[in-house]
Amino acid sequence: MIFNSQRKELVMNFDFTEEQKSMMELGRDFAEKEILPTQEQDEKQHLFRKEIFKKMAELGFFGCIIPEKYGGNETGHLCAALLTEEIGRVSASWTLPFNMQMWGPAFTILHYGTEEQKEKYIPKLVSGELIGAFAITEPNSGSDVAGMGTTATETDDGFILNGQKMWISNAHVADVALVYAYTDKSKKHKGISCFLVELKNTPGIKTAPIETKLGLFCAPTGEIAFEDAKIPKSALLGQKGEGFKICMWQLNNTRLGCAARGVGIARGCHEAAIKYALERTQFGQPIAEFQMIQDQLATMYVEYEAARLLVLKAAYEKDQGNLNNTLSVSTAKYYASEAAVNASGIAMKIFGSYGYSSEYPVERFFRDAKSLQVVEGTSNIQKIIISRAILGK
Amino acid sequence: MNIVVCVKRVPDTETKIKIGPEGTKIDPTGVEFIISPFDEFAVEEAIRIKEKLGKGEITILSLGPSDAQTIMRKAYAMGADKGIHLNDPSECSDALAEAHALATALKEIPFDLVLFGKQAIDYDNGAVGVQVAKLLNIPIVTRIIKLDIADGKAVVERESDVGKEILEVKLPAAFTAEKGLNEPRYPKLMDIMKAKKKPLEEKPAQLGAPKISIVKMDYPPARPPGKIVGEGEEAVPALVNLLKNEAKVI
Repeated sequence: MIFNSQRKELVMNFDFTEEQKSMMELGRDFAEKEILPTQEQDEKQHLFRKEIFKKMAELGFFGCIIPEKYGGNETGHLCAALLTEEIGRVSASWTLPFNMQMWGPAFTILHYGTEEQKEKYIPKLVSGELIGAFAITEPNSGSDVAGMGTTATETDDGFILNGQKMWISNAHVADVALVYAYTDKSKKHKGISCFLVELKNTPGIKTAPIETKLGLFCAPTGEIAFEDAKIPKSALLGQKGEGFKICMWQLNNTRLGCAARGVGIARGCHEAAIKYALERTQFGQPIAEFQMIQDQLATMYVEYEAARLLVLKAAYEKDQGNLNNTLSVSTAKYYASEAAVNASGIAMKIFGSYGYSSEYPVERFFRDAKSLQVVEGTSNIQKIIISRAILGK
Repeated sequence: MNIVVCVKRVPDTETKIKIGPEGTKIDPTGVEFIISPFDEFAVEEAIRIKEKLGKGEITILSLGPSDAQTIMRKAYAMGADKGIHLNDPSECSDALAEAHALATALKEIPFDLVLFGKQAIDYDNGAVGVQVAKLLNIPIVTRIIKLDIADGKAVVERESDVGKEILEVKLPAAFTAEKGLNEPRYPKLMDIMKAKKKPLEEKPAQLGAPKISIVKMDYPPARPPGKIVGEGEEAVPALVNLLKNEAKVI
């Protein structure tokens, strides 16, 4: 039986548009020509190469979900996810700026900011003139966001920040960060507020890099200490006490970026493994001829494909205006993170001792992938979100 | 300044080429098509000239089957203004027949400059640009690595085995681009979106009568397996002999 594709009730479109294909091609070319050539060296030096960041900004990578009015290009979450995958296939580190510029600060300001805040920050985050960050995690508070200790004490003309944030991407290179802090500890999570803090020109703020991490070497991570750091009233994003809500809303966007990063890693691993399995000869034949290797390659492919579809679905929903799609986003984030970790583990097995060597990319994928089970809500947290949603809690 | 850039859709350089069942064409199944890389230099150069002069119009002209329009959009995203697609479902591979179609179309377009890649990376003939110029009776300089426009003239550079040639050419003229002419830009996301709104006219290609036909396509012979000549010093004369007489590399 042949279905008529014109019958609307049968249409569920899995095709990419010509524009989306061009964007994927752009992402792939960019990753291979601008990131790959210096990658090994940059990874060794833990180098956040500014010119790569600038070029990404110039091409509009950080403007996908931002209106033209604020310097964006409105190509959508789906396009941003596809670009993130293409970059992540080569370098997980270089997918971080999508979250640090766009899905995190810029998009949150777009949703919660005043017109003045939007005009002041969004165009510059999109153009890369300002480097962005968001600061939630602290030494003693990770998954338990409401357990944070940072406070913002209101004065006549502003707020005074005290406390410490840890494991903050871009901490020591960022110009502006969304900082979450208590304005009223007695109200528990309803006493948290969100602030737009200019990290470099506010007295009382100190930042330092954290270099003792397993992977993501080209993406800076650090800590921020606030010691009586005074910020103006205009730094408040949204309402006082709205911080926890903003934080969860923000995470539901940035997690999409993480999930797309996972898809990129999974793809990078399976592509590398296929190539190696076809080239590497043992017992007189390419190892791809062995069923156990075939099983591993098939597993990697299936998980990559499934993760990708989950990510694209979550991105599609956002493009349709459903920004509170937490179930889809957490499902994608959880699954893509696990798929990336699994793919990198399998790829290492297929590569054998070359997988254990830093000469081949799979050990880097392995180290980078592990971050995904931790950042922006651990895999356990994603499962809590998923189970609450499916149980109707 | 009216600039026409002729671009051709060719298989992606990473494609594993398969010969089709008729034995005279490649099998397009699963093949990704791209703008021929040398044509991309030509597109980039046109955009740079327009940017430098602050005015002008860039027309993309492409001969090929319907999906040639996809690569034309890429040139649009880089900065070209409009284009004409000369539809050729037959996928003609005779350079002169193609040159005839392009020249016929060019006679209806006002131009100061026509740019080509030095060759398309499919058949690698490198013939079409020169033939089009001849049919239009305009000067052509091939394989240029530098192009400056001033006072109705072009000053171009090309490299040869003995050194560099610098030539002055009166416009209108045609040029073919060599690697090194420029570094093509990436299209910006915004420009990819705008590309679909730029005008694209489709016309049937008026191909000339083909004078060359492909009789047969064949794969290159498989590489023979490596040979171990022997071990230690005793093997040296045999190895030298083989390198000299069989591999002919010393």
